[in-house]
Amino acid sequence: MNTFPSQTEQHAAVKRPAARASKIIVDSLSKTYTTKSGSFTALDQVSAHILENEFVTLVGPSGCGKSTMLRVLAGLEEASSGSASIAGRRITGPGADRGVVFQSYTLFPWLSVRDNIEFGLELKGTPKLQRLEVSDKYLELVGLTKFADAYPKQLSGGMKQRVAIARALANSPEMLLMDEPFAALDAQTRSDMQELLMNIQKHEHATILFITHDIDEAIFLSERLYVMKSRPGRIVREIEIPAAMRQNKELRDSEPFIQLKREIVDLLHA
Amino acid sequence: METLSNLFKIRGEMSRKAYLATVVGTFAAVFVLWSLLSYSQLVDPTFLPSPGTVGKTFWHSVLSADFWGYVGISSYRVLMGYLFTCLLAIPLGILAGTFKFAEAVLVPLTEFIRYMPATAFIPLIIVWIGLGEPAKIMVIFVGCFFQMLLMVADNARAVSNDLLQASYTLGAGKLQVLRKVLLPALLPELMNTMRLIMGWAWSYLIAAELFAASSGLGFMIIRAQRYLQTDMIFMGILVIGMLGLIIDRLFALLNKKLFPWAEGGR
Repeated sequence: MNTFPSQTEQHAAVKRPAARASKIIVDSLSKTYTTKSGSFTALDQVSAHILENEFVTLVGPSGCGKSTMLRVLAGLEEASSGSASIAGRRITGPGADRGVVFQSYTLFPWLSVRDNIEFGLELKGTPKLQRLEVSDKYLELVGLTKFADAYPKQLSGGMKQRVAIARALANSPEMLLMDEPFAALDAQTRSDMQELLMNIQKHEHATILFITHDIDEAIFLSERLYVMKSRPGRIVREIEIPAAMRQNKELRDSEPFIQLKREIVDLLHA
Repeated sequence: METLSNLFKIRGEMSRKAYLATVVGTFAAVFVLWSLLSYSQLVDPTFLPSPGTVGKTFWHSVLSADFWGYVGISSYRVLMGYLFTCLLAIPLGILAGTFKFAEAVLVPLTEFIRYMPATAFIPLIIVWIGLGEPAKIMVIFVGCFFQMLLMVADNARAVSNDLLQASYTLGAGKLQVLRKVLLPALLPELMNTMRLIMGWAWSYLIAAELFAASSGLGFMIIRAQRYLQTDMIFMGILVIGMLGLIIDRLFALLNKKLFPWAEGGR
C-alpha cells in the first residue's frame, strides 16, 4: 500500500522536477459575467500552472468554471482580472500555438478529413507537398488513413473527435486544450479514445490541459489534476497522480484507486 | 393495422416507392376532380374549362411564336430582377448576419419595409420610372430584396459559433474566418434561400405584368380575362407553375451536386 501515499500528504508538497519549465502560468484569474439578474463569478482568483509535457486535468461539476478557464487560456474569452501566460507570453487572444479540441464536433463539414487536418497549415501557406506529409502522419497516428477522403458526416462521433485531435496536432501547437472531448461518446469508444490520447501524448510529448467531470477518466489520464468547485468557480485541491496508478486500467478496482477516487468525490461534495 | 399507424407516426419514415405513389396519387386525384366537375358540366365551362380544352389551348400556344415570346420576356424580367436582388441582398445579408453594426443599420429598417406590400409600390414605381422594362424589374426587386436580405442574414447567423472559434484556434485571422469558414459554411442554406426567393420573383413578375405590360405571361392572363377565356387563364397559370417547378428542381439538383458534404439535404 505504500506505493500510493495518501493524497492529502502528497498535496502538501507537490514535487516538481527541476528540468521541466512551466508552459502555462495562471495567476489569480477571475472571470465575472454580468447578467440581467446581477453578476456571476465563474472563476474566482484561480492560480494554476502546467509544466512542459505535462498532462493536467481540471475536474469538477458543471458550473465550476473549468470550461471558462480553458476558454480564457484558448483566448476565446477575456479574463476580468488576473493573467494567464503561455511560455512567458501573456495570452490576449486565440492563436495557433494552442490547439483546442472542443466537446461539440467542430470539423469543417465541407472539407474532407485530410483537408480538415491540413486546415491550419493551409492558413499558414504551407506548400502542398509538406501539408500532405503532415496530414499523412497524423492520419496514421489517429488510425484514419483509410478515411482521408471522407466527409465528416460520414464519420462516427469517435472518429470525428480523432480528426479534431489530428487537426489540432497537425498545426504543431505548443500545447493542447481539450474541453470534455469525449463526453458525448459511448463508454467503449471513450475508453479507446483515452488509450489513443495516452499514446499520442507519449509519441508527441504533448503538453495537455484536459477537462472532464469523469473522475475515472481524470485519474487515468493525468499526471496532476486540479479539483474545482462552483459558486464561485475555484480550485479546491491539487492532486498528483502516482505514476503507477496512471494509465493502468487494471488498477481501477484496487484499494488505492478507490481511495483516491473517494477523496475526490468527497472534495466535490464537501 | 401496423402500416396505417405508421403513417401517423410523428416524423415517421416512408419508403421512397410509397412516397412517390402518394405524390402521383394526389396529382391524379386533383386531376380527376377537375375532370369530373368540368366534363359533367356541373360547373359552367366559362368558369371551369375542361382539361381537354386547356390542353388544346396549350397545344395551340406552343405552336405560336407569340407564346414563346411571352415566355421569353417573362423569363428575362424574372432573371434580371432576381439577379439584382441577389447581387445586393446576398452581400448585405451576410454583412448584417456577421457584424452587429451592419445588423443595426440594415435589419430594423428592412424589417419595417418588409411589411409594406410590394405590390402597393407599383403605382409609385410607375410614377418614378415609367412603364418600361426597368419598372417591371424594379417591382420584382422591391418584392424580393428585403425578404432576401433578412433570410441571408439569418443564414449567416446560423453558422455555428463553435466552427468559427475552432478556426480562430487554428490560427485563422478575421478575413480568413470570413472567407474560409463563414462563407463555405453558409452556402447550402444560402442556396435554399435563393431557391425560395426565385419563387417569390415569379409571383412579383406576374403582379408587375398584371398592372402594366403589353407582353409576358402575366399580360397573357390579364388579356384572357378581358375576353373571358378561362382556358387561357388556366393554361397561363399552369405554364408559370411548370416553369417554377423546373427552376426549383434545377436548384435542388445543383444543391446536391455542389454540396455533397451537407447533412440531410433536401
